Amino acid sequence: MCRRLHLFCLALVLPAPLLALEFNMPTGVTDTSQSVFNLHMTIFYICLAIAVVVFGVMMWSIYHHRKSRGHEAAQFHGNILVEVIWTTIPFLILVAIAIPSTITLGDLYDASESDIDIQVTGHQWKWHYKYIGEDVDFFSVLATPREEIENRKKKNPNYLLEVDNPVVVPVHKKVRFLFTSNDVIHAWWVPDLAIKKDAIPGFINESWTRIKEPGVYRGQCAELCGKHHAFMPIEVKAVSESEYETWLADQKAAQQAAVAAADKDWSLEELVNTGATVYEKNCAACHQADGSGMPPTFPALDGSSIVQGEKLEHMKIVTNGRVEKGMPAFGKQLTAVDIAAVITFERNSWGNKTGDRVTPAEIQDLMDKQ
Amino acid sequence: MSAHAETMHHGPAKGFSRWILTTNHKDIGTLYLVFSLIMLFIGGTMAFVIRAELFQPGLQLVMPEFFNQMTTMHGLIMIFGAVMPAFVGLANWQVPLMIGAPDMALPRLNNFSFWILPFAFAMLLSTLFMPGGAPDFGWTFYAPLSTTYAPPSVTFFVFAVHMMGISSILGAINVIVTIFNMRAPGMKMMDLPLFVWSWLITAFLLIAVMPVLAAVVTMVLMDVHFGTSFFSAAGGGDPVLFQHVFWFFAHPEVYIMVLPAFGVISEIIPTFARKPLFGYRAMVLATVAIAFLSFIVWAHHMFTVGMPLAGELFFMYTTMLIAVPTGVKVFNWISTMFKGSMTFETPMLFAIAFIVLFTIGGLSGLMLAIAPADFQYHDTYFVVAHFHYVLVPGSVFGIIAAVYYWLPKWSGKMYDEKLGQWHFWLSFIGVNLTFFPMHFVGLAGMPRRIPDYALQFADFNMLTSLGAFLFGTTQLLFVYILIKTVRSGKKAEQLPWEGARGLEWSVPTPAPYHTFTTPPDLERK
Repeated sequence: MCRRLHLFCLALVLPAPLLALEFNMPTGVTDTSQSVFNLHMTIFYICLAIAVVVFGVMMWSIYHHRKSRGHEAAQFHGNILVEVIWTTIPFLILVAIAIPSTITLGDLYDASESDIDIQVTGHQWKWHYKYIGEDVDFFSVLATPREEIENRKKKNPNYLLEVDNPVVVPVHKKVRFLFTSNDVIHAWWVPDLAIKKDAIPGFINESWTRIKEPGVYRGQCAELCGKHHAFMPIEVKAVSESEYETWLADQKAAQQAAVAAADKDWSLEELVNTGATVYEKNCAACHQADGSGMPPTFPALDGSSIVQGEKLEHMKIVTNGRVEKGMPAFGKQLTAVDIAAVITFERNSWGNKTGDRVTPAEIQDLMDKQ
Repeated sequence: MSAHAETMHHGPAKGFSRWILTTNHKDIGTLYLVFSLIMLFIGGTMAFVIRAELFQPGLQLVMPEFFNQMTTMHGLIMIFGAVMPAFVGLANWQVPLMIGAPDMALPRLNNFSFWILPFAFAMLLSTLFMPGGAPDFGWTFYAPLSTTYAPPSVTFFVFAVHMMGISSILGAINVIVTIFNMRAPGMKMMDLPLFVWSWLITAFLLIAVMPVLAAVVTMVLMDVHFGTSFFSAAGGGDPVLFQHVFWFFAHPEVYIMVLPAFGVISEIIPTFARKPLFGYRAMVLATVAIAFLSFIVWAHHMFTVGMPLAGELFFMYTTMLIAVPTGVKVFNWISTMFKGSMTFETPMLFAIAFIVLFTIGGLSGLMLAIAPADFQYHDTYFVVAHFHYVLVPGSVFGIIAAVYYWLPKWSGKMYDEKLGQWHFWLSFIGVNLTFFPMHFVGLAGMPRRIPDYALQFADFNMLTSLGAFLFGTTQLLFVYILIKTVRSGKKAEQLPWEGARGLEWSVPTPAPYHTFTTPPDLERK
């Protein structure tokens, strides 16, 4: 009912065709998002009313008090009483707005007594989620294919708002998010949850939600974080509690399998195939899908002396990164299998034909030594 | 005329050296205004690139890294290159004329503070051609994006900002010294025209906060080159410290860009309403109140950084308070119009549009002040819409209105009123078409500073881009009008506006090279 009333009022203000488009803040799926929305609409209507009165008087005056209608100018130039009145009334209106705002803000700040804690870490340009106390953690990367971004393929409805691994949470549980960052400042924003919080390197922020309806809620990084700021979306999947438990168990099993995979003997072909996927997700943004890079900032890998040279040097750069040039230390982000695979891929792709195979065990050794 | 005969003995120097060596406030005012117009078009071209890329979803024209350079440079150039110098130019022309002074108090300093600017901006623009590109961290240059992760050109950015800061501080000192010492005998502070009052307060804001900007860019420089860790948690610093220092400068900066426009509007409205300004004292007090409040609201730009609840509440309440003095100004302008005898020449049209559209920007500002709602608005196009409403139809319309209003006195020629009306209406439509839809995409969830966006934002973005192209090209008409006026405009009358009052209108048209070499006699008026 409330929402319909809002729509009706907006319809009066705006031309009709605009109604078909998305033009207002979402109501969201939590109690807090609902109260933020109500606050937004309240203050909007107050502003609208002020605008109507102020501009109304002004337009009336512009119409009636014009020289072309022969209006003679009065010569009054001040009145203490009206100055006091139009100082006091806005002040009282502000007090009236401040009260509900303070209550809502207090509620948003109360992250105590949570059921689930998830640590969210911003990376250039992906999100990492860690379920605290559950031994489950993963990266969440943009899933929109480059062909769509470069207009070579039709864009799907979730264009730029889809990821490979959504963060999964149960409905009706109080979920607390702890935000931090690995490099620059990012901001985690999901409009339907009314959460926007900066992820700041070296500091931890918190926020919380209790989602009422199952569904997929999408958002984006809101703080400029470099080149691919537009390409690190957020996808929150709210499911029933039992589905959540199943998902959590699957994740644990998958992570254990990944650890086991490190001990397996990998063939060159297996490594190259796995490496191609890892490369697409983690490297192609800077070094480009064809390995041509973007010199001088992001060097080409195709024909690179490091890629074609000593294995150890190549392994060190991928594992430890080159932070001063914007290359992250992938040893902290990827598994030994992924790093081994992507190095093998790079050493055997494009014009690079070294035939080298880098095994997960070698990477593990390197990481253990440091 | 005879009173000014003795001033005719020495006019401007001949040739190009006139502009380099001049210490004349009118020449320097013209230099500032022309410089600012050039910067408006350079910054505008960058806006064109931005809007062309955002015309449709997908990456079409530029790469994301270049897009970020464009948004950064657009912001820096429009703020420090277009809006601020334009107001200094207006101050140079008008402050001496309006207080009956022969020139600015420190003429050589005046020349110096202008001539720093072309070098500062040449240096800033040269970064576009450097390896690694121009600064790409937004005009707000948040650390560590502007320190550890910055392109090498950040060093040039730091020095360019230092130079702009020196120029602004020197300009502000000049304005203050002039107003305090060179008023015509008998002109008390409460007799000052409102434009002069607004500039006096602005000058104090500049002196207070430009050193803070210098401090923050120096800290960035130290973090980049000298191994300090002001903004790096790894070395015991804090990235949020950057934001506190930056916004302590940048919030008053917002008022630096709009208070002089308030002053202009307070001159124009009474003239065309043929009625004295309503509530002069209240206007002065409101301006002082706004200036004071501007120092205690800065963290409302940082509601999402994770401040303690008490901090959020403090900054929410103080920010809301700004609505009170700002409201007083709007009410006084409307009361000035009320029961006047109005005509609607181009300066008046721009002034009225200023009041309406600035108020819209002010109201969205009030919405942004509400911290819990700001969690949804922050860093979206709603914010972009808000600050463009206060800066474009606010500051920029204020500047344009001032130019139309005083141009007859400066040049001795009248602009073409018909073309002026065209310029106004096309700008008015263009500006609203550009910035109004931004409110909607922002509320619907589009973050700012992105080169590509989700499909549901496509329609409004196209509309915005079309509006931007209209608004941008319309400003070429403005240049045409200016050139046409100076070259072949009709001769302007001594008092071009029937309702105009004030000392600046008492000098001949065009204003001679030297005015008020003997102070005006205020008693006779």
